[in-house]
Amino acid sequence: MVLGFFALSGITVLSALLVLVARNLLHSLAFLVLSFLGMAGLFITLSADFIAVAQILIYAGSISVLMVFAVMLTPLASRDNGNSLYVIPAALGGLGLASLIGFVAIDTDWDERSTRGLAETDFPATSNVIGDLLLGRYILAFEIASVLLLFALLGAIVLVQERQRTSRSQDEGDA
Amino acid sequence: MSEQPLKRPATPMFRQIQDRPGLKEFALGVPGPAKVIGAVLGLVALAAMAGIGYLVVDGRLDGKWYDIRDLGNMIEGLRTWLNDQGVDHRITWIITGTIGGTAILSVLGGWLLIGSWVERRLIAKFQVRVGPNRVGPFGLLQPLADALKLMQKEVIIPRGADRFLYFIPPVLIFIPALLGWGPVPWSEKMAYLDINVGVLYVIAISSIGVLGVFLAGWSSNNHYSLLGAMRTVAMMVSYEIPISISLLSVVLLTSSMQLSEIVAWQSHYHVWMIMLVPFAAFAFLFATTAEINRTPNDIGEAESEIVAGFYTEYSGMKGGLFMAVDLGHAILAGAMMSTFFLGGYTLFGLEEWIPGYLILAAKIGAIYFLFVWLRGTLPRFRLDQLMGFAWKFLIPIGILQVFVVAVQASVFARSEAPALITLGAFAVVNLAITVVTVRFWADKLGYAPSQHATKPVLIKGNTVGGLKAARKIRSGQ
Repeated sequence: MVLGFFALSGITVLSALLVLVARNLLHSLAFLVLSFLGMAGLFITLSADFIAVAQILIYAGSISVLMVFAVMLTPLASRDNGNSLYVIPAALGGLGLASLIGFVAIDTDWDERSTRGLAETDFPATSNVIGDLLLGRYILAFEIASVLLLFALLGAIVLVQERQRTSRSQDEGDA
Repeated sequence: MSEQPLKRPATPMFRQIQDRPGLKEFALGVPGPAKVIGAVLGLVALAAMAGIGYLVVDGRLDGKWYDIRDLGNMIEGLRTWLNDQGVDHRITWIITGTIGGTAILSVLGGWLLIGSWVERRLIAKFQVRVGPNRVGPFGLLQPLADALKLMQKEVIIPRGADRFLYFIPPVLIFIPALLGWGPVPWSEKMAYLDINVGVLYVIAISSIGVLGVFLAGWSSNNHYSLLGAMRTVAMMVSYEIPISISLLSVVLLTSSMQLSEIVAWQSHYHVWMIMLVPFAAFAFLFATTAEINRTPNDIGEAESEIVAGFYTEYSGMKGGLFMAVDLGHAILAGAMMSTFFLGGYTLFGLEEWIPGYLILAAKIGAIYFLFVWLRGTLPRFRLDQLMGFAWKFLIPIGILQVFVVAVQASVFARSEAPALITLGAFAVVNLAITVVTVRFWADKLGYAPSQHATKPVLIKGNTVGGLKAARKIRSGQ
């Protein structure tokens, strides 16, 4: 268990570092996928199988493909773009996030949270509990999210819709 | 010309077919001693089967380690024996896990060895050819020879290729074909990774392959490859949605995402999912052929248009891996199809007598035969037709089907009526809804048969071509 944790977190952290170090955008994307997979492995060691599978499905499977398309369709993607002024706000944001996580990590009583808590809990199947909570207690958030996704879908359709026939005939008339 | 003139032209092919011995001639041609030996062996086999049948009815086999109807018994026997020896449970777990993984690997590896021969012979039968029959008996060593040839080839890396990303895809593309076997239940105790999010796991694992396809196309620095990769990725991403939607109806009805539970549900109610949700089964099958790049949806590597699609630039065994993974994907898709929609390892009580894994293997073989049949028969779709079919046809009707199935599932959970009546009613209703919506939607999209009445016209007489025939067709005879 401990061995698995260190191996997986090593993979995750190392590949996350390589995401930053790699100059080629697609290389860093490959490392990002590796990092996602390592995180999924960490979730499995926490016996959160639903979140692990969702991590693979959404991040490693779908978001990465989305990013690949974004990189492909961006003309300047192959250029070395580490020298822009966005470094400063990015560094500030990263620093803030790191200090937040560090504060939580230091503030948490790990002895109570991990050793004793792990020994007392028997891990139930998470997917049933998540389903119950999503359709029970958090139904409003669930519905809002689904409506948002529906709007995104409709927006995509509207964006790529062909122009009306009248405007096209006008264009032809102008030409 | 001393022979009688034939009605048909006597091509060598026709002569070959006519000269082929039938089953009866073959049986009569067997020499006498061989017949006697065969009869004796057959009697011995029958007696052995009767003995086994007696043991099975007696119930003396149930759960023992030598009960090979379910190889999980053997593993369980091993586990209890190791526990009795006082071995640490982690080591026990590692040993049994290694055995199971090796079993899956050897099944897949054996198939990859023999599969290309099977596919080529089958497709040759469909096209009235002979197929590979030179290397070894019946040409059985042909895949081995191919593999050796591929391994000897020089690995050519195209100039300007991304050397780091170029080597990842042949490995990455194998991950779904390999890990997808985890949750498939081969028998009651023979599921390697029987997790309770099995359905999600299947979808998640299959979505990793998309990245491999894309990296293969991008890193080889070739327009054919990149175009092929773009087409394949667009196709795979689109067809993941119908797969998810059709699996959603299965999950709703069985109210479980565990694959062994889904099979057990179908076995408990003596019904196959394909009877209850026919449209979902069709959508799953069609979308799977797109996902694994088989005809009629193999536009990603259409040989006649874009060479080998996304793996054009891969030479030697790297290209061979891409070809081999198609075979692995095909039987994995067969396993998924039979697990979700065709009752998995069960066959209406026959699994008590025949090992469940053999039944599942037979079902996988049947689905694989269907795939080869489609490949030998159908032309491929155009890319826009393919994408349109997913987005305009499979997804809207699939969503409608999910709504109907959701209502049915809640009715099924609450009703007191016997399952035969409710499930029978669901089957009839779903079939009717499927037929009506498919007809209506095809009519609305403009693809109904009534709108394209292209019936073949029968031409009488000897006029096969030319102006006369054209005039006949135009006059509508």
